[in-house]
Amino acid sequence: MRKIKELVIEKSLLTSALITIAITFGIISVLAIEAFRFFSEVSIFDFFTDTQWTPLFTDKHYGILPLLTGTLLTSFIAISVALPIGLSISIYLSEYAPKSFRRTIKPLLELLAAVPTVVYGFFALIVVTPFLQEIIPNLSGFNSLSAGIVMGIMIIPYVSSLSEDALHAVPGDLREASFGMGATRLQTAFKVVVPAASSGIIVSIILAISRAIGETMIVAIAAGQQPRLTLDPTVPIETITAFIVQVSLGDVQHGSIEYRTIFAAGITLFVFTFLLNTLSYRIRKKYQEKYE
Amino acid sequence: MNSIQKNRLKDQLFKVWGIVCTLIGLILLVIFIGDILVDGLQRIDWSFITSLPSRKAEKSGIYTALMGSIWILLLTTIIAFPVGVAAGVYLEEYGKNNRFSALLEINISNLAGVPSIIYGLLGLEVFVRIMNLGASVLAGSLTLSLLILPIIIVATRESIKAVPNSIRDASYALGASKWQTIWNQVLPASGGGILTGVILALSRAVGETAPLIVVGALAYVPFAPSNPLDEFSVLPIQIFNWISRPQAGFIENAAAAIIILLFITFIMNGIAVYFRNKWQKKWK
Repeated sequence: MRKIKELVIEKSLLTSALITIAITFGIISVLAIEAFRFFSEVSIFDFFTDTQWTPLFTDKHYGILPLLTGTLLTSFIAISVALPIGLSISIYLSEYAPKSFRRTIKPLLELLAAVPTVVYGFFALIVVTPFLQEIIPNLSGFNSLSAGIVMGIMIIPYVSSLSEDALHAVPGDLREASFGMGATRLQTAFKVVVPAASSGIIVSIILAISRAIGETMIVAIAAGQQPRLTLDPTVPIETITAFIVQVSLGDVQHGSIEYRTIFAAGITLFVFTFLLNTLSYRIRKKYQEKYE
Repeated sequence: MNSIQKNRLKDQLFKVWGIVCTLIGLILLVIFIGDILVDGLQRIDWSFITSLPSRKAEKSGIYTALMGSIWILLLTTIIAFPVGVAAGVYLEEYGKNNRFSALLEINISNLAGVPSIIYGLLGLEVFVRIMNLGASVLAGSLTLSLLILPIIIVATRESIKAVPNSIRDASYALGASKWQTIWNQVLPASGGGILTGVILALSRAVGETAPLIVVGALAYVPFAPSNPLDEFSVLPIQIFNWISRPQAGFIENAAAAIIILLFITFIMNGIAVYFRNKWQKKWK
């Protein structure tokens, strides 16, 4: 009797764990099926080479490039903000700051990632854009610059927390050896500790990039809804995620080509983040082995 | 200045730079919250919380959106909490060290990195279309449950991992079965950590906007949901809707609703941190 009960419990726990496999399977099949239907109407060649994305207009073009450059542009701006600040924070907290300061400041920094993204969108549109317009007079009301900067602030803790963990895991005798040679803390940090923790730092950067590419509300609110192939950060653009939101807000018929565009856009986004996540997982596994 | 002095100077400069960087994010957060408080605080009163949305900014309230958020929070907890903890227990206590569990682990780590809007697409096709739930609170909660499942699983595993093996051995030595050991010893011992993870995951769910927009949650609902199959709106979508309107009054409304959303988020984070500290002390 007891054995049967134990077995039933084990199997139901296993079922819960299997749901996670079902989710992945569900995501991939839903995206693949709808994208397949999409590509039976739109040539895949046009999808990757056409420079216009106008599925909601009468003159329809289905070129993903404008959405892709929009996504990469905002992510690039965000990483340019988050990387130097996040890395400096992690080095400061791990190599310079007193323990008590580190313990209080880390949860506070993580609060930056806990703020709902729609709130950051408000921040970008209502506070940052008007402020930047005073410095750059021809900055448009919707632009990738302020959306990217605010997104960068949001992902600072992604870079700083994980990098700090990696730096902190570097054995103390490496530091002592360096100090013993007369190096300063700064020299030790950049010539010894950072190289030793490089894989962990790279993982944190990849995850932050993946987070930036998938971020939706900030860009949907502050970057505009005008897909265009440009690297100019002062004009309105549209990202893949913002396009999905734009279509979802309208009244689009199920089974129409407009409905399928969001899945075609979605699978493009998924492939990008999937590759980045897999890469970071690989590096993390390798790095764990190195230290154990 | 010789090179030793130069290096010491650089060292000191970097220290200052590090402090500046550490504080800059927090300072921006404070400035921003201050700005929102100035914009929105005078707008918050009892009628703002109990009024229905309206075309006139000054008459609009957040009642339906707030009720929608509470519904979403409750249903998501009911769905995601048992499944997530069960999966975490399985991975940590049963399915260890085989190829299958390695696959599960890669899979969960990947799911945690999938953008939330992709979960929206999954929910739209599976819950809204195939299961025919429509743009209901239930469809929204199921979607968000899938989204936060990886977070709950990882948190459960971490806290179970922290339970010393001596506790398990003592329980087995008294003749307890594996499940009795987990239920009576391991889960109570790791409860604080699991709770922390679940609350953090739920606070993430309360702030989510994009997947619910994709699932079809509405920006304007005249009534609060009364059962799981009703249409709904949530606070973040109400905020998004108000931000997209050009009239000045709606920006104030958005700021006021943000204050309430941030209040809920920070309270949940505070509770989570409280549980984490309490639980950490117990093990040291």
